[in-house]
Amino acid sequence: MNDTRQDTGRDPGGYRALHERIHDALGKPQVRDNFRRAMDGIRAHRAAQFPDPAYLADLRARAHAIRQHSLDALPELLEHLEQKLTENGIRVHWAEDAAQANAIILELLRTAGAHSVIKGKSMVSEEIELNAALEKAGIEVVESDLGEYIIQLAHEPPSHIVAPAIHKNRRDVAELFERFHPELPYTEDIDRLTGNARQVLREKFANADAGISGVNFAVAETGTLCLVENEGNGRLSTTLPPLHIAVTGIEKVIERLDDLPPLLEALTKSATGQPITTYVNLISRPRQDDELDGPEAVHLVMLDNGRSRIREHEELADTLRCIRCGACINHCPVYVQVGGHAYGSVYPGPIGSVLEPQRLGLEQAGSLASACSLCGACGEVCPVEIPLPALINRLRAEAVQSGPEDAPLPGRGRLRRPGEAIAWRLWRWLYTSPRAYRGFLWFATRLRALTPARLGPWTRYRSAPRPAARSLSELARREGFRNE
Amino acid sequence: MNETRQSILQRLRGTHVTGDHSGRSARSAPSHADWDSERLIARFSERQQAVRGEVYRLPRGQWLNWLALELPGRGLRQLLAGSGDIGRQLAAVDIRGVQLRTYDEPIEAWKQQLFEEVDVAITGARCGIAETGSLVLWPDRQEPRLTSLVPPVHIALLSADTLYPTLADAMAAENWAERMPTNVLLISGPSKTADIEQTLAYGIHGPKSLITLILED
Repeated sequence: MNDTRQDTGRDPGGYRALHERIHDALGKPQVRDNFRRAMDGIRAHRAAQFPDPAYLADLRARAHAIRQHSLDALPELLEHLEQKLTENGIRVHWAEDAAQANAIILELLRTAGAHSVIKGKSMVSEEIELNAALEKAGIEVVESDLGEYIIQLAHEPPSHIVAPAIHKNRRDVAELFERFHPELPYTEDIDRLTGNARQVLREKFANADAGISGVNFAVAETGTLCLVENEGNGRLSTTLPPLHIAVTGIEKVIERLDDLPPLLEALTKSATGQPITTYVNLISRPRQDDELDGPEAVHLVMLDNGRSRIREHEELADTLRCIRCGACINHCPVYVQVGGHAYGSVYPGPIGSVLEPQRLGLEQAGSLASACSLCGACGEVCPVEIPLPALINRLRAEAVQSGPEDAPLPGRGRLRRPGEAIAWRLWRWLYTSPRAYRGFLWFATRLRALTPARLGPWTRYRSAPRPAARSLSELARREGFRNE
Repeated sequence: MNETRQSILQRLRGTHVTGDHSGRSARSAPSHADWDSERLIARFSERQQAVRGEVYRLPRGQWLNWLALELPGRGLRQLLAGSGDIGRQLAAVDIRGVQLRTYDEPIEAWKQQLFEEVDVAITGARCGIAETGSLVLWPDRQEPRLTSLVPPVHIALLSADTLYPTLADAMAAENWAERMPTNVLLISGPSKTADIEQTLAYGIHGPKSLITLILED
């Protein structure tokens, strides 16, 4: 599923594979049109939520501080969270990596005798490729978020972390429903398609043995799992089946319940331009003795999968403040052209370009940091003020650094190429030695007829630059200007 | 398992953090302390209506009459209520053409009927949030969690005097941090999705319509 994981031996950094995927993506005008329209719409919705720049600045500062505090105090908060959840009757499990997380979830399902699972939307579950692991073990998994259900039918990964089926239009969806649910009348009407999905998925809900969900925030103070959504599938997944398993990255913990309001506002306004989602679902306990619904057992799987390592880096640790709103993705001029699948990673767009090379290592995914024009839009909209352009730049530099690999960033220096290193050293020498530079200019202007016509990718769409017959400084000297 | 926990925590503790985020408590959310009752109701209604929620203002004693007038006209025949005060008041009256069903046994015993037969459910609301137009529900034995989720129409009774300007105000005034129940819900409109072409469609999984009756003294 993750193209970035393949062929790194012959394609260090995954550049060739990335360029192939981009080439493919650029050749699909309909899909590009779908992205363009969707992104324009979401950007306008977000902008409408923040008419006052001073208010936005204050909200970002608060959200930043809360998330940064979470990361600073992470070990203490995780222990506190575990203690409170346990007191509340929610069982906590720690997972080092995807394999451990999947094994824990599988074991919980087996113990409960569960054969069918209904899932709420969760990017962490994409990260650990949970569906594949469960299906391999013979468990039926149904995604219940409409977008996730659509791409599950299409056997595709999400193309966006908030709107996973954003690359599909109504005709694509209609064709998928016709293929997989021929019993339902064919329609391209969005309301009717939605009605069909309701009908199909309700049956799945009613018969599911377990529900699996992600977590938006985990509150240490009260031992509370917070989930936001618009559809109600998250509520159904976490209420109807007798077993609820939530899976989260360890960075999602926050200290206090009153940290929630500003984070919720920052999240929903940034993500979809909504002042609040239809549902905010705060879960603190399994069903109590006298209650009539809700799961009898609730489990939380806390996944590290590289996060504690990323936190060791003095600059790149900022990545972990992310609340997965997707605003950086929506505002990225590269994403809007190539779409989510071109990245070939679980998390696309700017946050993906920063997170995935750290998670998977530069040798596997370092090329993602090149899918960026450093325009700065992502950093400007990030509700927790992650300096994404600076982090992308840092990753590019780390990838070609000489010197030893260090623990926080696997693959450091592994994309360094001797030829490129020599060229840059030569350039530095030339530009810091006036005599040499003047000599170079003299030759470059006299021998300008010898300028090569082809200069790699530069000349694919442009003509090669040709030095002038005489340099400006030479002309100035001739006119009698002194260097003052 | 326990080893994993230890090694993750150990790595986290081994990392030096420079954190000085003393500024976090200095900043506080803007409040709307000046919003009076009329303003709170207006804001709540405006936000609900913006996401296709219906809002009606009624004198406190009128909600049963409202149901008797409205339900038959909307073709809603099977009404679900909890076993609390609202359910008891409903049980004491007879609404022509409407059959009352009380949620008084575990979901496992009647899941099929809940999904297939109930047209409309009624619940109370613990309080409301004016800023975002949100109903706050603390489901319990008397009003279980699925009441406000599975039936296609959800009617909520909201006392006008329980409207807070913001979520932060409600949390602080009612001291939620000390007494979080099994489940807390904020509900801001009917169920919706924009997963196909970013086009809004209502009633994907939860109620297709949400009706708030604001009860005033």
